[in-house]
Amino acid sequence: MKLRDYIIRRLILLIPILLGVTLLTFTVSHIIPADVARVFAGGEKANPETIARIRAEMHLDDPLYKQYYYYLNDLIHGNLGKSYSENRPVVDAIKQYFPATAELTVLAMLLAIPIGIITGIISAVRRNQWIDHVTRLIAITGVSIPIFWLALMLQIAFAYKYPILPLDSRLGIDVMAPKHITGLYIFDSLVTGNFAALKSSIYHLILPAFTLGYASLGIILRITRSSMLEIVRSDYIRTARAKGLKERTVIYKHALRNALIPTLTVSGLIFAGLLGGAVLTETIFNWPGMGRFAVNAVNNLDFSSVMGFTVIMAIIMVTANLIVDILYSVLDPRIRLGE
Amino acid sequence: MEDLLKVRGLKTYFYTYEGVVKALEGINLDIYKGESLGLVGETGCGKSVTALSIMRLIQWPPGKIIDGEIHFNGKDLLKISEEEMRKIRGAEISMIFQEPMSSLNPVFTIGSQIMEAITLHQNVNKKEAEEKAIEMLNLVRMPDPEKVMNQYPHELSGGMQQRAMIAMALSCRPSLLIADEPTTALDVTVQAQILDVIQRVNKELDSSMLLITHDLGVVAQICDRVAVMYAGYIVEIGTVKQIFKNPQHPYTKGLMNAIPKIHVKTKRLEVIRGVVPNLITPPSGCRFHPRCDHAMDVCKKKVPPVTKVEEGHYVACFLHGGAK
Repeated sequence: MKLRDYIIRRLILLIPILLGVTLLTFTVSHIIPADVARVFAGGEKANPETIARIRAEMHLDDPLYKQYYYYLNDLIHGNLGKSYSENRPVVDAIKQYFPATAELTVLAMLLAIPIGIITGIISAVRRNQWIDHVTRLIAITGVSIPIFWLALMLQIAFAYKYPILPLDSRLGIDVMAPKHITGLYIFDSLVTGNFAALKSSIYHLILPAFTLGYASLGIILRITRSSMLEIVRSDYIRTARAKGLKERTVIYKHALRNALIPTLTVSGLIFAGLLGGAVLTETIFNWPGMGRFAVNAVNNLDFSSVMGFTVIMAIIMVTANLIVDILYSVLDPRIRLGE
Repeated sequence: MEDLLKVRGLKTYFYTYEGVVKALEGINLDIYKGESLGLVGETGCGKSVTALSIMRLIQWPPGKIIDGEIHFNGKDLLKISEEEMRKIRGAEISMIFQEPMSSLNPVFTIGSQIMEAITLHQNVNKKEAEEKAIEMLNLVRMPDPEKVMNQYPHELSGGMQQRAMIAMALSCRPSLLIADEPTTALDVTVQAQILDVIQRVNKELDSSMLLITHDLGVVAQICDRVAVMYAGYIVEIGTVKQIFKNPQHPYTKGLMNAIPKIHVKTKRLEVIRGVVPNLITPPSGCRFHPRCDHAMDVCKKKVPPVTKVEEGHYVACFLHGGAK
C-alpha cells in the first residue's frame, strides 16, 4: 500500500518535471534565429506561399506562449507533433527508432551488468593478484577507450579482416524484417517464427552491443570492486567469518547484497542513458536508433522531433530512477519508501 | 584447574607499506575451564589482535600469524585446516565485538542471522533453529523476542543489538566466548545490563570467557583473572585480587594509579607519561622502558623474562629478577 502510494507520488512529480523540460527545450528551440518554415519549404528558393502555409500550420506567427500552449495541448493528447524531416508524426518515428535502441541497450546491459558484477567481486576478493590486475586493465580500457575508436577497430577486425560478423545495420539486406509487434527484432522474429531474421538480427547486434557493453562494463566493474573492497573489511563481514561461515557464503550472501547498492545506481543511470541512444555507436554501425534520430532532428531544425525526444528521455530517466529507488528498498531494509 | 585454551609464543605481524607492525611478540596465555580472563591494556597494545589470532581471523594481507601455538581442547588451532577451523568458529569459540550496530549485517533480520549460526553448526531444521533462536533471545532477556526475530538491526537500540550479538555468539553453546570490548560503544546504564547478561549467560552455559577491555572497573566486576598487555607483550598476569591489590609491573601500577579514587582528593588525575610506542620501530628490550620511572640499563637491552611473584601471579619485569 505504502509502496503504491510512493510510486503514484513519484509519477505525479513527473508533471512538473515535464513542464520544466518542455518549457526549456521549447524556448531554446524557438528563439534560435532560423526560419524553420523556409527550411522545411525547401530553402532559399522556396515558394513564398508554401512558406506562409507552413508558418500557419506550425503556428509560427503566434506569440511564443501561445505556441507553447498549442504544444502542451497536443502533448496532453499524446500528440508529439509532426516531424518535418521524417514527414510523419513524431510518435511514429519514435515507435520505429526506440525499439532498435532498446534492443541494443538491453543486450549491452545483459553483457555489462552480470560480467561487471562478477569480475568486480573476483577482482576485490583477489585484490592485487594477477586476476585483479587483468580485470582492472579491462575496466580502465573500458572507461578510457573512445567508443568510436573501439567500434571502428571491431569493424575492421570482425567485419573486414575476418568477416565473420556483419558490418552494420539491424538486418542483412537479403533478410525480410519480422512482422512489427514490438519492434524488437529478436522478440518479433521469435514470436513469428522468422528464424532467418532471428539469426541475422542477433549477428547484427553482436558488435554494437559489445561496443556499448564494454564501456558500461568498465564502470560497473570498478564500482562493484570498490564497494566490495570496502564491505569485505566491514565489521559484519568479520562477524560472518567469526560464525564459521564458508568464505563463499560470506562473500556472496553477506557482502554482495550490501555491495550491490552503488552498482545498482550506476547501472540504472547507464541503462536509462543508453535508452536515449548512443549517437556514436549508432552512427558507426548505421543503427536506426534514438541517438541518430535525435541528431538528425537537431541538424534539420526539426523541433517537434527534438521536443519529442526530450519528453521521452525525461520520462525514461524519471522511470529509471524510480525503479532504482524501488530496488534499493528491496536490497536494503534501511531504505524505506513512502514514509 | 584444567586448561581450555593454551597460547604459547604467539607472534602476529602486519606487513604494511610503512613497515612491519610487530603487533604480538610472543604471547603466552592460559584460559581455564569455566573462568573469565580479562585482557586489559591501552588502545593499540594488541588485545584485539590476540583475540582475532585465536579465531584465526587475521586477514592476509596485511596480517599474519608468524609463530606460536594455540592449543584448544587438545588441538593446535594453528595447525588444523581452514575447514576444521570453520567448524570451531562460532561453535566452540565465539566472538562478540565492540560495535553491535556495525557488527550485524544491516540487510538481514536478527532472526535469520542467529538462525544462520545455529543451522550451520547444529543438525536442526528451520523450525527447530527458529525455536532455539527465540530461546537464546529469551536467555539474553531480549524484550519481545518473537518480534525482534523479524526486525532488522537498525530497528533495535544499541543495547538490544548487543544482546542479539550475544544470543548469536552463544547460540551453539561455545566453550569459549571472546568478548572484544563488548560494552565500550554503549551507554553506561546499558553497559551494566550487558555485562550482567554476559556474565549470567556464560555461567548458565558453563563457558569460559576472554574479556577484552580497557576498563579496569569492568574487569574487577566480572573477571576471575587479569592479563595486562603492553605493546604486544603480556607484562603481568594474575588473579583479579593479586593484580588489583598487589600490582608488580610499573605499567600495571600506572594503570591502577590512573583510576580516579572517590575517597582521595586529588587536583589532577595521575597519568603514565609518554605515549603508546609505534610498533613498527618499537623500543628495544622492554618495550615499556621509555615510559618507565624505574628503567635500568638492562631494560634497554633485553626483553625481561617472566618471573613468578606468587602462585598464579607472574610479571615480566627486571625489577623482579632476571637482570643478571
